[in-house]
Amino acid sequence: MCLAIPAKIVSEPNETEMAEVDILGVRRRVSLMMTPTASLGDYVLVHAGFAIQVLDEAFAAESLAMLREIGIKNADDLAAEAEGLAEATEDVSTATPGIEVS
Amino acid sequence: MTEVLDGFRDPEVASRLVEAIAETATAPCKLMEVCGTHTMAIAKHGLRDLMPDTVTLLSGPGCPVCVTANADIDLAIEMARQPDVVLATFGDMMKVPGSYSSLAKEKADGRDVRVVYSPLDSLSIAEAAPDKHVVFLGVGFETTAPTVALTIREAARRGLPNWSALSLHKTVPEALRALVNDPEVQITGFILPGHVSTIIGAEPYRFLAEEYGVPSVITGFEPVDVLQGVWMLAKQLAEGRAEVEIAYGRGVNAEGNPTAVAAMQQAFQPTDAEWRGIGVIPGTGLALRPEFSRYDARIRVPVSPPDPREIKGCQCGDVLRGVTLPFDCALFGRACTPEHPVGPCMVSSEGSCAAYYRYTDYGRA
Repeated sequence: MCLAIPAKIVSEPNETEMAEVDILGVRRRVSLMMTPTASLGDYVLVHAGFAIQVLDEAFAAESLAMLREIGIKNADDLAAEAEGLAEATEDVSTATPGIEVS
Repeated sequence: MTEVLDGFRDPEVASRLVEAIAETATAPCKLMEVCGTHTMAIAKHGLRDLMPDTVTLLSGPGCPVCVTANADIDLAIEMARQPDVVLATFGDMMKVPGSYSSLAKEKADGRDVRVVYSPLDSLSIAEAAPDKHVVFLGVGFETTAPTVALTIREAARRGLPNWSALSLHKTVPEALRALVNDPEVQITGFILPGHVSTIIGAEPYRFLAEEYGVPSVITGFEPVDVLQGVWMLAKQLAEGRAEVEIAYGRGVNAEGNPTAVAAMQQAFQPTDAEWRGIGVIPGTGLALRPEFSRYDARIRVPVSPPDPREIKGCQCGDVLRGVTLPFDCALFGRACTPEHPVGPCMVSSEGSCAAYYRYTDYGRA
């Protein structure tokens, strides 16, 4: 029920903050009332006809790169796998902004 | 962007995370997700089978349809039975059984029950049928409640005389406290719901770490997201930490979405809510504020549904607390299947029983 799907904003919002989005090739109108900073070309998460958040592409790319790196480190040095993982996991908590909040 | 998102399904990254989990989770742990979309993601991608013996993944009360009490479904059905009432709701609600009927059965019997994609669509129904009263039945957690809050505000802006909302919305954090306090439920970590947290951020969960020492990680829905969440929980446990961390940074920031939270607080106030299987949890319901009483279906369409009754033999309540697995229910796969569901956990497409039935070899267990 809490499913939210990434969609790209493909039209300027009208006076009631409705805009057209592209969801995997399907066009539909959604409300941008909850995402006042969203603009044309942004990717947003859409739930029940509303954009609920602007997706952070840079953050997505960065966290994926970080996760890939764990794999490569391990693959490169199987003998020192455990050690390499310990290093990689340290990198995760320090190198990814905002990943720890408490 | 699409390419980046595809990366969160990369089997190679996933298999490395599986290895990392196995190395990190040396002590037994029970990790519970509390989101129907996680229930489905874990079942669909077979993630349970990828876990080491030390890690048990449990499903909690994360399906809003499933946790809706019979008495509340009965109330919606009774409203749909009133003359000149159109009841509009999300598709998930249609087949859910109340004590004596379901909205789908009522529709088959000739009541005007309609499925909408967005709550805003129900305003158009009201505008097109001025001689009817349209009740929008709102169900869902913090992800969905702001969409209904903004629809109430929009109805007020348009001055719609023939539209109201029945709010059965619930909020998640205090339900987690009820689970932690339940002696039958033994949870060592929470896989926190991604899109609920998109709205409310990380702060409302802080008590889990600070008061109960239970680690939790806000987690996304692709296989790599879920595995990252499990790995971060295993790391917290291995290192003796208890924190609220975010493994879904592309869709969640620590502050949440303040515009959505403000909209929710403007339209709703906390009230007590009954959760199937758990009971009444104080302050976890959302009632319309008195200033919006013109749009409150409980006032506009007063009804008295018959006394509720529970479904005989259905263990949905225990399944929702993670103390009974779907396999362990005597009805599962026999009297109760997705084609002929008995309880809401099998009816809802994201219920635990439906997920187990569809994606696991239940005959083996």
